[in-house]
Amino acid sequence: MQTKRSTYQNRWLPFLLLAPQLAITLVFFIWPASQAVKSSFERTDAFGFKTTFVGLDNYARILADPSYLNALGRTAIFAVSVTALSMGLALLLAICVNRVLRSAKFYTTLLVWPYAVAPVVAGVLWWFLFNPTIGLLPHLLDWFGINWNHRVSGTQAMILITIAAAWKQISYNFLFFLAGLQSVPQSLMEAAAIDGAGPFKRFWTIVLPLLSPTTFFLLIININYVMFDTFGVIDATTGGGPGQATMTLVYKVYTDGVAGLNIGSSSAQSVMLMGIVIILTFIQFRYVERRVNY
Amino acid sequence: MVENRPFLNILTHLVLIAGVLVVAFPVYVAFIASTHEPSAFVRGVLPLLPGDNMLESYGQMLSSGWQVGGTPPVWLMLGNSLIMALTIAVGKIAISILSAFAIVYFRFPFRMLAFWVIFITLMLPVEVRIIPTYAVVANLGMLNSYAGLTLPLIASATATFLFRQFFMTVPEELMEASRVDGAGPMKFFRDILLPISITNIAALFVIMFIYGWVQYLWPLLVTTEEDFYTIVLGIKRLMASSDRVPAWNLIMATVTLAMLPPVLVVLFMQRLFVKGLTETEK
Repeated sequence: MQTKRSTYQNRWLPFLLLAPQLAITLVFFIWPASQAVKSSFERTDAFGFKTTFVGLDNYARILADPSYLNALGRTAIFAVSVTALSMGLALLLAICVNRVLRSAKFYTTLLVWPYAVAPVVAGVLWWFLFNPTIGLLPHLLDWFGINWNHRVSGTQAMILITIAAAWKQISYNFLFFLAGLQSVPQSLMEAAAIDGAGPFKRFWTIVLPLLSPTTFFLLIININYVMFDTFGVIDATTGGGPGQATMTLVYKVYTDGVAGLNIGSSSAQSVMLMGIVIILTFIQFRYVERRVNY
Repeated sequence: MVENRPFLNILTHLVLIAGVLVVAFPVYVAFIASTHEPSAFVRGVLPLLPGDNMLESYGQMLSSGWQVGGTPPVWLMLGNSLIMALTIAVGKIAISILSAFAIVYFRFPFRMLAFWVIFITLMLPVEVRIIPTYAVVANLGMLNSYAGLTLPLIASATATFLFRQFFMTVPEELMEASRVDGAGPMKFFRDILLPISITNIAALFVIMFIYGWVQYLWPLLVTTEEDFYTIVLGIKRLMASSDRVPAWNLIMATVTLAMLPPVLVVLFMQRLFVKGLTETEK
């Protein structure tokens, strides 16, 4: 990794400058993470007196535990639906904003603000709309003969958290899609139009392929968002229920560790999550390297 | 626009208006609910037009809070959120700009190691190290304190990378010229580097302020005393009591107040916000 051509010579100043960042990183990031790895190989007895080394036993247990595997599957479904819903809507809106010239800024302003809404608040808002007793949407659904109660139906609870999580993420995806669309060269579009390609043909054959780097980048970011930032959405709406219908991996780490005080299992789950983040970060950085040369 | 298609233009505007309405609808309903009297929520369907109880709802929540719901006055929670968001934003920027300066403008042993240690924080979001981090904070006696709320969230690889990237684009001549003029590293940093980084700092500040404001899981763990509740956390506490006493007007007034500051920041600093967002996530 490069520095400047000429650098300062100083024995202690660079360490002093790095000290605050490194101290916080070591105390609050690396040390706790290493503790999580350590206790994922241990088991503590019910009274917390004795800790024994159990090797990979905690991992074997969670991988054999149907509730963990269910949470894994549910997280995957949740990630795919939130990503598809919010990216799809965001792309549609970005295409539209890119088409209107004069009012583009006006619409952008009206679409970006949900980024600043906390996930918990997003959860509360949609939970309120879908509230089985006083909510508006259950009343509407009633006309279509659908009985909405996300406290009873696991599928409906899943739909609720998907909508709430996707709603908050639309603005983020929208901004990146819009930036991608604006970098599509106008000359390409004009050339295609002269050759007789209509708006839809142009979109499929020119715009969409040129957007693929943006789409791929957003895919990774959205999966990351759904895995880690939706804790608030779930905690505000369903609390993982009914049953375990909306229990995602992060929510399970929290319930098992904080509420259930099962440190060994919770740590093993944390380490598995770290593995997932490392893979996602790796993919993201590999991809950024390539985009630079694009 | 390549060609003129009136039908498609109308469709475009219709889609956009529908999109804006769908995005705003939940917030509109929450705001409307906050302007009604509690009795409006017992009869069934939510009202869709404003009521006349707005001042009472907001007044009560701001001044005295809601004892049944177990929350302190909203102004206190707003203050806590503000302290938390500002500390996180300022702290992240301060420690990151210093480390980026060290990494770019100095050659010293263990430079790569320091870089990788900072890089690793990207892979350790608070959600995956909840319990051991809680243990560290508890051992340091920082539960129910602003230090405990903010310090574990303050390290930032993204901010360090952003400043590093920016410093690499700063012309070499600036540093060489300042050295010829007899300025040491810290004088160069303060009088040259800091002023030319100001747009980046501002953009980053907007993003980090929002990041700090919307934090939920961490305050949920480290604060048990009402005096340290942030507004986002307070909403959850209010919700927990909603089954017993459905004071929806009070809850939704709090929700509205919780959304207002960060949303205003995004709306009024939109250019900086977009810049910060697109540059930190690379």
